[in-house]
Amino acid sequence: MKVEINGEKRELPAAEATLAEVLAALEIEARGVAIACNDRVVRRSEYARHRIAEGDRIEIVRAVAGG
Amino acid sequence: MQNFEDSPLRIGAYEFHSRLIVGTGKYPSMEAMQAAHAASGAEMVTVAIRRVNLGEKGGSLLDYIDRSKMTILPNTAGCFNAREAVATAQLARELLETDLIKLEVIGDTQTLHPDTRETLLAAEQLVSDGFTVLPYIGDDPVACAQLEALGCAAVMPLAAPIGSGLGICNPYTIRIIKERAGVPVIVDAGVGTASDAAVAMELGVDALLMNTGIAAAQNPVAMAEAMALATRAGRLAFLSGRMEKRLYANASSPMQGLIGAPSA
Repeated sequence: MKVEINGEKRELPAAEATLAEVLAALEIEARGVAIACNDRVVRRSEYARHRIAEGDRIEIVRAVAGG
Repeated sequence: MQNFEDSPLRIGAYEFHSRLIVGTGKYPSMEAMQAAHAASGAEMVTVAIRRVNLGEKGGSLLDYIDRSKMTILPNTAGCFNAREAVATAQLARELLETDLIKLEVIGDTQTLHPDTRETLLAAEQLVSDGFTVLPYIGDDPVACAQLEALGCAAVMPLAAPIGSGLGICNPYTIRIIKERAGVPVIVDAGVGTASDAAVAMELGVDALLMNTGIAAAQNPVAMAEAMALATRAGRLAFLSGRMEKRLYANASSPMQGLIGAPSA
């Protein structure tokens, strides 16, 4: 399945069908990030249920130093 | 040395006893940042929101912020239009579980001056979406009044360009903004050293937000303490009601009873 994560085109294997599975594959802890899928924020409690579709644009963000 | 009891700073539903808000950017190390935060006495700290670098491992900035002592104020720094700013704010709310947002929509990459139109557009959307909005804006009394009318919880005029350390470039507009505002006025950007902080607070503004002024000092921890003292000093001087300025001298000691004067 072709998707875009943080602007990078990626081919997801079949085992990565939900946001939770994508995070696990990327070794990203859900606690430290927020995710938007096609410009809509997905609540953290939904990651395990949120199924990814062909062509999805996924943004994964975190807090960084700033003023 | 905390004799005078000031009223708390109220921003929306939030209450603070420190009138200094600090940033997390540009510190030489996370340890220096933590020590500077402690020395500043600040109760609110800004963070930025950025994409995770895929495949890169590392600690989180949030591990270095004690959320039992500091409220996190996420910003929309780096956004150039309302759409980006609203999207960033929504992600920040989910990430940090806060409705607070420092709205920053940049209109020019060299001066980092805000885009007033896009800031107003974003403010309107964020307020209606339930955010407590603190917009960074030019030192423009009209734009500040418009942001207040849209329901922003504070207005944050710049005193000089972000990261410039030029101090309070136009004290008159800052004063006019404060005199007219019904929400807290927070000077955001431009404070370079302690006297700048005191000058801003003496104008009557409610609080200061600073990052580079502390983080880029040779000794950020000492500067953080200096800024805390100056913020409080300026606040106390404002509340005290300063003496009137005079052109000529006016002796402080009596002119009667001087030795060698002829007796009356």
